[in-house]
Amino acid sequence: MTVGQSVNRKEGRDKVTGAAKYVDDYHFQDIWYGKTVRSTVAHAQITGIEFLAGFDWSTVVLADYRDITSRNIVALIYDDQPLLAESLVRHVYEPILLIAAPTKELAELAAKHVHITYKKLPAVLTIEDSLSAEQKIFGDDNVFKSYTVTRGNVEDAFQSAEVVVEETYHVGHQEQLYIETNGIIATAKSDGTILIQGSMQCPYYVHRAIKELFGLPDEKVVVVQNVTGGGFGGKEEFPSVVAGHAALLAKKCGHPVKIVYERGEDFVASTKRHPAVIRHRTGLTRDGRLIAAEIDLTFDGGAYCTLSPVVLSRGVIHALGPYKCPNIRVTGKVVATNTPPNGAFRGFGVPQACFASEMHMENISRKLDISPVELRRKNMLHQGDYTLTGQQLTYSVGTQQVLDAVLERSDYLARRSHKQPELSNKRYGIGLSFYYHGGGFTGSGEEKIKGQAAVELTAEGTVRILTASTEIGQGTRTIFSQIVAQELGLRPEDVEFEENDTSKVPDSGPTVASRTCMVVGRVVQMAAASLKEEMAKRIASLAQCQASEIQFEGRHLLWQKDGEIISVSFAEAAERCMSRTGFLKTTAQYSSPPGIKWDDVTYSGDAYPVYAYAADVVEVEVDMDTFEVKILKVTTATDVGKAINPTLAEGQIEGGTVQALGYGLFEEVAWKDGKILNNRLTNYIIPTSLDIPDMETVLIENPYPYGPYGAKGIGELPMDGGAPALVAAIADAVGAVVTEIPATPERIMEAMEKLAVEA
Amino acid sequence: MNKVYSPKELSEAFQILNSYQPLKIVAGGTDLMVGYNSGMPVPDQLLNLWKLDELRHIDEYPSLLKIGALCTYTQLIKDERVRKYAPTLVDAAKTIGAMQIQNRGTLGGNIVNASPAGDCLPVLAAFDAVIEIGSVRGLRQVPFTDFYTGYRQTVLAEDEMVTNILLPKQKTEESAKFYKVGTRAAQAISKVMMSVRASIDAQKCVKEIAIAVGSVAPTVIRTRLTEMAIRGLIIDESLIATARKEMMEEVRPITDIRSNEHYRRTVSGNLIAKFLRENYLA
Amino acid sequence: MAIKIVVNGQDLEVSVSPMKRLLDVLRQDCYLTGTKEGCGEGECGACSVLVDGEVINSCLVPVCQVEGSEIVTVEGLAENGKLVPVQEAFIKYGAAQCGICIPGMLMAAQALLDSKELSKQTPTRYEIREAIAGNLCRCTGYMKIVDAIEAAALSTLEKK
Repeated sequence: MTVGQSVNRKEGRDKVTGAAKYVDDYHFQDIWYGKTVRSTVAHAQITGIEFLAGFDWSTVVLADYRDITSRNIVALIYDDQPLLAESLVRHVYEPILLIAAPTKELAELAAKHVHITYKKLPAVLTIEDSLSAEQKIFGDDNVFKSYTVTRGNVEDAFQSAEVVVEETYHVGHQEQLYIETNGIIATAKSDGTILIQGSMQCPYYVHRAIKELFGLPDEKVVVVQNVTGGGFGGKEEFPSVVAGHAALLAKKCGHPVKIVYERGEDFVASTKRHPAVIRHRTGLTRDGRLIAAEIDLTFDGGAYCTLSPVVLSRGVIHALGPYKCPNIRVTGKVVATNTPPNGAFRGFGVPQACFASEMHMENISRKLDISPVELRRKNMLHQGDYTLTGQQLTYSVGTQQVLDAVLERSDYLARRSHKQPELSNKRYGIGLSFYYHGGGFTGSGEEKIKGQAAVELTAEGTVRILTASTEIGQGTRTIFSQIVAQELGLRPEDVEFEENDTSKVPDSGPTVASRTCMVVGRVVQMAAASLKEEMAKRIASLAQCQASEIQFEGRHLLWQKDGEIISVSFAEAAERCMSRTGFLKTTAQYSSPPGIKWDDVTYSGDAYPVYAYAADVVEVEVDMDTFEVKILKVTTATDVGKAINPTLAEGQIEGGTVQALGYGLFEEVAWKDGKILNNRLTNYIIPTSLDIPDMETVLIENPYPYGPYGAKGIGELPMDGGAPALVAAIADAVGAVVTEIPATPERIMEAMEKLAVEA
Repeated sequence: MNKVYSPKELSEAFQILNSYQPLKIVAGGTDLMVGYNSGMPVPDQLLNLWKLDELRHIDEYPSLLKIGALCTYTQLIKDERVRKYAPTLVDAAKTIGAMQIQNRGTLGGNIVNASPAGDCLPVLAAFDAVIEIGSVRGLRQVPFTDFYTGYRQTVLAEDEMVTNILLPKQKTEESAKFYKVGTRAAQAISKVMMSVRASIDAQKCVKEIAIAVGSVAPTVIRTRLTEMAIRGLIIDESLIATARKEMMEEVRPITDIRSNEHYRRTVSGNLIAKFLRENYLA
Repeated sequence: MAIKIVVNGQDLEVSVSPMKRLLDVLRQDCYLTGTKEGCGEGECGACSVLVDGEVINSCLVPVCQVEGSEIVTVEGLAENGKLVPVQEAFIKYGAAQCGICIPGMLMAAQALLDSKELSKQTPTRYEIREAIAGNLCRCTGYMKIVDAIEAAALSTLEKK
């Protein structure tokens, strides 16, 4: 049994010896370096580009939008974003001009000699400004996309509510902050093929974007993923921009072109998590039962649409949290502003929604004087219940288990009543969050993608997996090799991978949406099952037995003949299977579990095939002199379906939880006139090892019948619940509820001052 | 290509400073290199102090420690004499960056970089350290509290460099504290820092007190009005309240990307209150 | 300018600008790309290497300051392909995810394991956290890294 074991990471040795090659570690003899010249204003007409004297312009190659041979777009949903600005810039840092030079220094120097003049236009910089639509920057109302989901009769239900609780919550931008910045090398071959390699989550997204730019057929664009130093959504759609720039320069200068962003540039140029304003109005019975809810979410999309409609959609669907409410209306819109476009980031709309919904539960519990635990128990979803979109939960509903487990493991009830001596001027607090996250694409997304993967026998008699799902640290290669090894009676080390190259691997769909293990892992499992079946068939015909009699075990194929057990090594069997055809490869394609129904018009039905559930308990100590928060302990319990590799699953949960704690405590982008003031690691604050205590991570296995061995998607889930649990703990400590994150000492102090004034 | 002078003798360094201006001095490089990496032009001529082992000594005298300008934070943290006679300097050094920076950054560099957020500086101010400055013209001593003439401005002439720091020992009867309120638990730049040194007798009377605050004014400051308001008085609730109020009035913080004026002012007041409260309870 | 350095036990002479960052000298002139750049300002620690046994950020050190020094990079940890305990532990405990911070993280960990204070006892988890506080990791939440260093310290001590 290899599934369920914490086998070592497939590429672990390369990563601890420095052998793993990331894009910046590649060097070609004749390589040139690309540099991007960006807008310095938020909204303006470009009136001129001057190339200043004092620089020898013959030493570099320039490219602008006119060099794009087909469509000047970053191909995604609306195709509204140009790869390079033409006459208008819509946000600071928007790319306008590209420079390629034989050295990085020369490219930098050239960029300093470009002077762009603008005629400024009024800029829309906040959600409030955008909603007022005084300045129209997208359509008639500045709204990229809106949704409304309704269940029951909301107005009547509010009439009968005994208590109504209303509050507005604010969250800001968050930067993914992968430690490896974005980087691409592009090569334009003499036959017109464009070759892209680099750091990315979704090679086929880049593939499509490059095809659109140059009007090329599939086979003329080849995209290869290099070892990637973290993504977290930040390398979902954004690498298409970097790749487009590098490709354009490579075509023009005739050299391979490398663009690797410095941290400061990566920070300002790349997408971030959408800021949001979320209003909750909830009607309850006196004893804390939810009977009516109105939730309104407004996301700031930035200057271009990118993936915003899909991010918002997920936020809307998760707006209530894993609770029952018979009468509810959720409205959501994502608006345009003249700020850099926001995009995918682990959690994808849910961390915003979850912070608001779980802090609202905290506020309700205070207002009704009901314990946070009791409030959750009264309203949580159970098997058989219906979600906001009318989806009946029929399997793998671990709500009660995760709540029970986190309470028990953290000793929540005892610790909540525990009070610190007042002398120390430090206050102890404990907070709870309870949440869920849908696995895979929303609604009919997976049906549209139809992700594929293949498995083939190698000449050495082992197995090779062909998939476009990328390894970005989350363990794709390790768990896929475990799944295939399990199916075929092999060891994970007997399974290898085809290079993640669009000319070699099928499109498995993007490496996003917590879908890699649950969806693509299932496809990989199906492909391995077909390979097994085909091998059994071929061996059976040679051995003159029934295919069904052949067992795959311990790297051997076994069957009985005349009462005797016959055994052939897998390698030998593989050789025999390929003796006539020379190869054996099986491909599988995803199909939704039976009975899944989704209506895109009414936004109702089965939003996701399954949800993963979790609960967090965070304990803090707040210094009442400085309002600094020290996190004392974090306990999480997660219903993962099945942990294919427990160590890797824990790693996902711990890492995601720490990103969530950073979101709740520190991480904030500071703006002035559409410019980012803190684009450095010294002033954009992420947690260090000393900011984070030891964590207890409880895995609960509540199998999902259509996942590989029962596994559900958990990549994003741990990003959702950390911030509200933390802020609830702060509230428990100081008595004031902070409704805007990050809950910095400054905000905690202000919340306490406000409370004191009200009292 | 840049010219880097790397003398092994102090006298040689003084000669270079005298002969080859303009010249930028680089010690541990932990501040300077950040600037160069982010696009600041590297000057044509530099004086690399790293090989001047003469400036790595820590010497003990009856009432003070003489600390070479090139001593790294790690050296300060590990040195038994510094731990014994200047524990607040150790506390301050421990809050700087993390291991990598502590192994490379120097006390002299912290002083000369002249940031109002320099972590060791409040301690030097509270302890009335004296800065020894050298050049071909000889050595001179300047009280630390006179070393800065404005935001990022010092008394150093072009041909001068900091050679040693003379730091009065903390006396056994003295109580001292260093507080840093930063952006996170490690690798943090301060929002407010305070170093307090006081003599408090058995009756809880504050015989003597020195308070220095960082990150709340263009330079590290001594809050002398607050000191005066406390000096000679017995700690009680009323004195704590007075000290808090005086401090909040005396500091001159600003709002920037790390924090805001109101928070910095409030926390400055709270920190002096905390110091007095803890000594009252002690 | 010709500068002599010892990298992973090998005597080298590089001809570069004296203010060139040690990080760039290692990556470009010594062809040792294991050492990474994450921020270029001494915050993330991905470029950590050992200089005369001390862990430093190689993005903040001009090469002229390490003339004659012994430098150890991640490539110099294993001997003849035999991993040192901390590398083994990082694999076993799942301490590496995307891996980009790992070369620097390992050097900080190795500096801790090499330190004299720890010749008699293993470091506490807090001391381990202090030792790697200059190495930012965005994937793991540090838990498995601390576990790995703790285990490596124990096995190192047992061997001593």
